[in-house]
Amino acid sequence: MELIEKLEILGDSAKYDAACTSSGVDRRGRNDGGIGNSYACGICHSFAADGRCISLLKVLMTNSCIYNCKYCINRTDNDIPRARFTPEELADITINFYRRNYIEGLFLSSAVIRNPDYTCEQMIECLALLRNKYRFNGYIHAKAIPGADSELISRLGMYADRISVNIELPSQQSLERLAPDKSRSSIFLPMGHITAKIQQNSTEIVKYRHADKFAPAGQSTQMIIGATEDTDYQIIRLSEALYNKYSLKRVFFSAYVPVGDSRVLPDENTPPPLLREHRLYQADWLLRFYGYRADELLDEKHQSFDPLLDPKCNWAVNHPELFPVEINKAPYETLLRVPGIGVKSANRICTARREAKLRFEDLKKLGVVVKRAQYFITCMGRQQQGLIITEAAVMRQLMSASTVRKLDGMQSMEQLSFFDEKSAAPTLEDYRKCLTGQM
Amino acid sequence: MSDRSDVIFVYDGSFDGIMCCIFYCYYEKTMPSDIRPSDEEQLMLGAYIDIITDCEKAERVRSAIKTKLGEDFLKIVQRLSLSFEEDRELLILKFVILGFKYGRRVLSRLADNTVNRVMKVESYVAKEAHLSLEFLRFSDYGGVLVAVIEPKNTVLPLIADHFADRLRPERFMIFDKNHKMAVIHEPGRTEIIYIDSLDLPRASEEERKFRALWRSFYNIIGIKERYNPRCRMNHCPKRYWGNMTEFNDDEDNYSDKPSLSEGVLLSDDVISSADMLSESSISSESSTEV
Ligand code: SF4
Repeated sequence: MELIEKLEILGDSAKYDAACTSSGVDRRGRNDGGIGNSYACGICHSFAADGRCISLLKVLMTNSCIYNCKYCINRTDNDIPRARFTPEELADITINFYRRNYIEGLFLSSAVIRNPDYTCEQMIECLALLRNKYRFNGYIHAKAIPGADSELISRLGMYADRISVNIELPSQQSLERLAPDKSRSSIFLPMGHITAKIQQNSTEIVKYRHADKFAPAGQSTQMIIGATEDTDYQIIRLSEALYNKYSLKRVFFSAYVPVGDSRVLPDENTPPPLLREHRLYQADWLLRFYGYRADELLDEKHQSFDPLLDPKCNWAVNHPELFPVEINKAPYETLLRVPGIGVKSANRICTARREAKLRFEDLKKLGVVVKRAQYFITCMGRQQQGLIITEAAVMRQLMSASTVRKLDGMQSMEQLSFFDEKSAAPTLEDYRKCLTGQM
Repeated sequence: MSDRSDVIFVYDGSFDGIMCCIFYCYYEKTMPSDIRPSDEEQLMLGAYIDIITDCEKAERVRSAIKTKLGEDFLKIVQRLSLSFEEDRELLILKFVILGFKYGRRVLSRLADNTVNRVMKVESYVAKEAHLSLEFLRFSDYGGVLVAVIEPKNTVLPLIADHFADRLRPERFMIFDKNHKMAVIHEPGRTEIIYIDSLDLPRASEEERKFRALWRSFYNIIGIKERYNPRCRMNHCPKRYWGNMTEFNDDEDNYSDKPSLSEGVLLSDDVISSADMLSESSISSESSTEV
């Protein structure tokens, strides 16, 4: 088989993995004849037609699998072309792509060929070639194969900057139903092992020539969204636990694209739930950078995010008792909770107000989205002049531009009676369905 | 300082030249209405003053900025000078004047109009430098890597170190077609030179093989059910496409060709959750300001 054909098959099979980041580790180049360095902020190199960043060469070692996970394109009983890289072929492509500045490095994953240990050894062989023979000093993200020996996972982590184990399905029930060959423990065991390795590593320095540390950029995982009944609440609760308990660096979400067994999964005409995925990323952001807890955003009674409002706006409109806050006095943590104020603009406000009192006119210059923030803030004790506060007006400002465009496309906002469930006009429910693509 | 707003300074376009404009402004107590490089056609009415570049004066201004306002302030001034904004020189002058008035704390006056514009222009330069790290593409010509870029701002001084560090054992050249300058590197030595043009030989079989591999990887990795050209365009503006391997065929002259995408339709249909996945949007506030 031609190399180009292999690359197409093995890239095609890998593309449903959302993680393509090259972040988390700063490393200068070395004078050992090899190439490569790495930046903690990560570097994208291209953007695919779906708008997703391409940072790493994301491929599988092979897509031949002995398992039959129902959601996965590579499952045994799926009739697709199969291919397999030799470690040399893949190392050679990686180096040549890297030299030309196509990529930041390699994201290597694999279907399970023969057995988990053998699969893992194949991956290690490729990474060892890159690190030892080519002295490649760029970024490597490796996927740990569930069920592989922990010793092998340790070796993989010695060559990789980041290592991940995909949870894929957020609950035990879903896992039993859709991934009969995997158990929850086959996922969480390696995850725990990796966490322990990373921590141990920070106390004892393991000497390896290529990389001095075990997975210095940490551990990440991914969950598939929309293949099962699992709710947003379950998903962000689990994410929160992963950040806290396993010190994960990132949890990725991947809207389910119908490639699986349609007898037990959404059929091929089901569009991927992109809006839901988007809301989950927004919520994830709030957990990681804004100091929110999962149970502030959703709870037992509210299991799903609002399709019309982002989770932060939603939280704010449900806590009118906490607003408005004074821009010139409120602490950083409080500013962060104002819709329209992000991490950067909150920082800028804190810096700028030390020098001069801030007025409404100043806020735009600091990057605040004033049309959203205005309902929640005062400047020197006063609210924005001429501010009209009706529910429809506030909602319109709080919704994203694309949401507003969609709603306008259906019906003008004036006719829209938002909070009147009995209205004969299209109901809120209808708009939701329209937005989530169910209509 | 007398504000003779009809006076225009003309200087040689160099960084030292800008420093000398500042020197003149202070010592002759003359505030210009504009500062223009001498290679530009002078069409505006008004009195011109030729500012002669004098390294010694430039050094005095530079070290005054460094000692009174700090290294960071000088760095910002240097980055401003790389901007393509028409008013960059005047902006530098106003910024330095403000600096000498308020001291180092001027950097915190983010709501001040001049400081605010300085921060915006600086971040625009930094942003373009970052995009160049992302989208620049090398081709291998007999062991020498060559890339062509066409940035609006003079980004080469900001990206040279990155590639010199990353590609230490390689020999490479990055040619900035717009500013007619290039970084050249061989192990142990990196330099910026000025050149007018660059003729590239036909790519070798080997080179074409890797280009083809990259193109097919690029085409396969997008998920068609998530097609979102608008989001792609936001992150990867079309003006970079002409020099990017994945958007060009091999029969084309590498960078002179219009980009492929002229007919691509904009689709609003897909909400760009892809934004949240990408590395660059993670650091940019716009798409993640929630
Ligand atoms: S083990 Fe399951 S998820 Fe992994 S490649 Fe095989 S079928 Fe797909």
